[in-house]
Formats: sequence, C-alpha cells, structure tokens
Amino acid sequence: MKKSTNAAAADLRAAPRRRSILHTIRKHWILFLMLLPAVAYVLVFCYAPMTGIVLAFKRYQHAGGIYGSPWVGLANFKFLMVSNKLGMATVNTILYNIAFILLGVVFEMGSAILLNELFSKKFKKVAQTFMFLPYFISWVVAGAIIYNIFNFERGVFNNVLTGMGLEPFDLYNTPQAWPFVLIFLKLWKGTGYGSVVYLAAITGLDQEMFEAATIDGANVWQRIRHITIPSLIPTMMILVLLAVGNIFRGDFGLFYQTVKSSALLQPTTEIIDTYVFKLLINDGNIGVSAAAGLYQSVLCFITINVCNWLVKRVQPDYALY
Amino acid sequence: MSAQRAAKKHHHLERRVWTSDVIALNALGYVLIGVFALLCLFPFYLIIVGSFTPENSLIREGYPILPRAFDLSSYALCLKNPESVLIAYANTIGVTAVGTLVAVFLATMTGYVLSRQDFPYRNGFSFFFFFTTLFSGGLVPWYMMCTRYLGLKNSYFGLILPLCFSVWNTIIAKSFMSGLPAAITESAKIDGANDFEIYVKLILPLCKPLIATLSLFSALAYWNDWYNCMLFVTNENMFNLQYYLQRMLGSAQAMRMVAEKSGMALPSVPLEGMKMAMTVIATGPIVLLYPFVQRYFVKGLTIGAVKG
Repeated sequence: MKKSTNAAAADLRAAPRRRSILHTIRKHWILFLMLLPAVAYVLVFCYAPMTGIVLAFKRYQHAGGIYGSPWVGLANFKFLMVSNKLGMATVNTILYNIAFILLGVVFEMGSAILLNELFSKKFKKVAQTFMFLPYFISWVVAGAIIYNIFNFERGVFNNVLTGMGLEPFDLYNTPQAWPFVLIFLKLWKGTGYGSVVYLAAITGLDQEMFEAATIDGANVWQRIRHITIPSLIPTMMILVLLAVGNIFRGDFGLFYQTVKSSALLQPTTEIIDTYVFKLLINDGNIGVSAAAGLYQSVLCFITINVCNWLVKRVQPDYALY
Repeated sequence: MSAQRAAKKHHHLERRVWTSDVIALNALGYVLIGVFALLCLFPFYLIIVGSFTPENSLIREGYPILPRAFDLSSYALCLKNPESVLIAYANTIGVTAVGTLVAVFLATMTGYVLSRQDFPYRNGFSFFFFFTTLFSGGLVPWYMMCTRYLGLKNSYFGLILPLCFSVWNTIIAKSFMSGLPAAITESAKIDGANDFEIYVKLILPLCKPLIATLSLFSALAYWNDWYNCMLFVTNENMFNLQYYLQRMLGSAQAMRMVAEKSGMALPSVPLEGMKMAMTVIATGPIVLLYPFVQRYFVKGLTIGAVKG
C-alpha cells in the first residue's frame, strides 16, 4: 500500500522533471558553460577517436583517411595472429603488471607503516623527501641512470665487478636479467609516491584506537596487524582495483626508454604498448597497429568491469563505480 | 579544537613507552627505510659525479662511484652551443607554464561543477568523463585524430593539449571540493553572485592545497614529457628538454654534430660526460620545486571513488 503511493508520488515528480530539462539549463546555464571546455575536450580527444576503431578493420590509405579507406575485414587481426608477437607481448604485460602490483603494495604499504612508527620525525621527513625524488624524474632520465650503471664498457656496475676481479656483465645481451632491472626501477620510482597515499590514510586514523589497544596490552606488531593494515585495506583496494583493471596496459616510458629497440631483448621486454607503438611509428602499419590497440582496449575494458563487478558483489563499499 | 587535539597528541607522544617491541620495530624501520632512502638517492649521486668527471677519465676508467675530479668541461660544452639547449629549455618552461595553468583551471572548474549537489546532471557528467578512463580507442585513432584532423604536428598545441585535461585530476578536485561547506555557495547565491564568480572568488581561495597538488602533478607531466614531442615534433627548434636529452642519449652521432658545431676537436669531445651533464640540466629545476609544495601535498591528495 505504502509502496504504491510512493511509486505514484515518484511518477508525479518525474513527469515535470522530464519537461524541465530546458528549465534546468536556463537555471544553471553558467554551470553548463563551465563544463563546456572539459566536455568539448573529452569529445574531441577521447570519444571522437573511439570512432577511429574502424581502422582496425581497414587498410589505411592516406587519401581516404580514417573513414574513406577500404575495408579488409579481419585481415589485420589475422596478421597479428600469424606473427604471434602479440601473444608474447600480452603475456609479458600481464606478468610485469602482476609483479608491479604485488610488490608495489608490499613496498608502499610497508614503508608507510614503518615511516609512521619511526620515533624521529626529522628522519622520517628526510627519508620521505629522498624516497620521493625518483618520482620527479622522467623516464628519459631513468634511462640515463640505467645507462650510467649498466653500460657495458663504462657502467658503474661493471667497474665494480672488474674491480673485484669478476667478469663484466652485459645487460644488453642478457634478456633474462631485464625483469629484475625493470621491476626494481619501477619500485624505485613509485614507492615514495605510493607510500604518501597510504601515509595520508594512516594519518587520518583515530589515534584513540591505538591507545585503547595499547592499554589492552596489544604490542606494536598486533596493533599493526589488527588496526593499521585493516584500515588501509579500502585505500589498497581502490589502488589495486585500478591497477588490475589496467593489467593489459603497460608503462610505455619505462620499457621504451630503458630497453630502446633491441630485438634480442624482445622476448622478455616487449609489452603490448611498445609493440603497438613500433607497428605504428617504425613499420607505419596503421591498420595492424590499430587492431592491436583495439585488442588491448577491449581486454582492459572487460577486465576492469569484471573486477569492479566482483568487488561490488563481495564488498560494495570498495567498488569503483 | 585543533589545539586540543595537538595537546592530546603531545600527551600521547610523551606516554609512548620504550618497550622491546617498539624498539625492535623502530630498529627495523630505521634500517629498511634508511637503506631504501639511500638507494633512492644513489643514482642521482652517480649521475652528478659522472657529470663532473673529465672525459678522458670516463673513457679510460668508466663512470665513477667516488668523485675523481671536479671538472666543469662537460657542462661548459653543453652550454657552449647553447642555442639548442636554451631553445629546449625555453620550450619546456613555456609549455609547462601555459599547460599547468590550463590544466589546473580546467580540473578545478570542472571539479567544482561536479561537486555541486544542486547540479542535477552531475552524476551523468561524472560518468561521461570517467568512462574515458575505462575505454579508449587506442594509440592509433588518437594519433590520427591529432595529426590528420587537428594539425598538431609541429605545433605547440601538440605539446600542450594532450596533457591539459586529466580525468583523475578532475576527480581529485571534485572530492576535495565536496568537502567544502555547501553554505558558502548557497549564501553567495543569495547575495546575487553567479556560479563562475563563486568559483573564482570564494571556492578557489579555499583550495590552496588542492591547487598546489594539481599544479605539481601537471607541472611534472609537462616538464617530464618526451612522448608527445617524439610523436608530434620534427622541427628541432620545438624540441623540449626531455626529448633533447633522449636524442642525446640515443645517438653519439647527434652529439658529435653538436661538438663539431661548437668547434671542439673530436677525440676530446666529452660525449659521455655531456650525457650526464645534460641529464642534470634537464632534471634540476623540477626537483627543486618539490620542497615548496611538500607541505600541501598530503592534504591535497584525497583519493575518492567516482561515486558519491
């Protein structure tokens, strides 16, 4: 009974609302105007290119452009299947991202918790400033650092090795060493920033919880295990969910600026993004590159929706949307 | 209120006891954090030391761990043919300044509208923006759009536009502004101010931590950009610093040309040292920016989900 009156009332309210869109625009026209630049930007740079997906099914010709070039059906995808590099790049992208996500959480959360517990506030501040420094450099500069350390003839690493009477190490001839270098570089660059996010969450916690736990006899490990870490879970879930949703998207700069384009290193360092880029810029194969890009976008879209749906079912508070 | 809390915190600190578990954790913390912090700093040290080492020493003994000399010739050579470096510097500074201004303006203005509870379509628009982070056309259609239809090739717009709007920055702005009292907007409306005036005169002055954080993010993105320069720019007078450095690191050939132009004899050209000196030159200013914004950073960085 009550339900139906509510529904009827909702209908009554909805009817005038539908008619009043113009009224709303007139009332809030300045707000709409303020949204206009961003809306126009997103339309031009994000939504309009989505229509360019048709390129994945075309053979691009300069004269015809995106929409006038001839259709080729699935030929571009067949080309990708035959060359089989895309499969390798996909596996690499996923494996690297899993390592980045897992180790990233451990390093960022761990250093935030440790930083929070340190007695000396001065040490904390100085250490944080140092840890933040790598976040400020570009991947080009990170590439210069790799060059400085691992250059075969002049690198610091080989200087130390030969100084100790050991054989020099040629990183650029050792594909299996790259995962370690790249993972280390990623953690080196991102941990300082990531820990600030967790530290901000810790600072927002109610200190009385910790005091009460101390009075009840909890030691510092128990406080971390049962109070700090559980209260960081929501922050972690958001970050991990975002990262997992982008598990098919690699960090282009990290791979491009350190590996450059060495064919020898491809088996362990080629990711989807570098592959798409090389197809477009080096080979100029626009159709195939668009097909590989579409494959990546669709995989990303499916993953993030599945992840969000799963999280929503288990714990709706942690869902992104 | 805040004084009370501070007093309480002080009290809390005083009562902290040196039990064995606290000491053990602190010992672990000092060692782990200390080692990691030094590891973060170490590569910067290596680059700087390398940039001050004379070229013949670099060729003979490689990049040093301990400083061998204090030699400025690598820097001198970088600045000896200064036009190209200075042009790259000017390009980066100009693009960073303009781009950051536009990016912060767009993110805060959009974020403000989306944070207004009385704006009926805020959720629809939020999703309209957010959807672009879920799905995209990929590199190729975007690149074709920029080069073929918008003419961003060899244009400063090609360096500014790709980075001037970020959905994430808008979300950060929106969640920060949602925390401001709605009464500010309401009472100003009663006083007859329009929405844009409220945003500029009342809301923005309350958003200093947010503006500092977004400025830092945007300035970093522009300063460290090499990608858009690599994609869109072939005109050497439009190269930015990072791309200039990338090319320098990439080819000794390009370096030799620079050296020849400046009239240095080839064998003594500090190619290796110059790479390090240029790295220092390209990194310096943006790192120095950090201390100025550090105090705002944690406050401005609020992670909010899209909903709500």
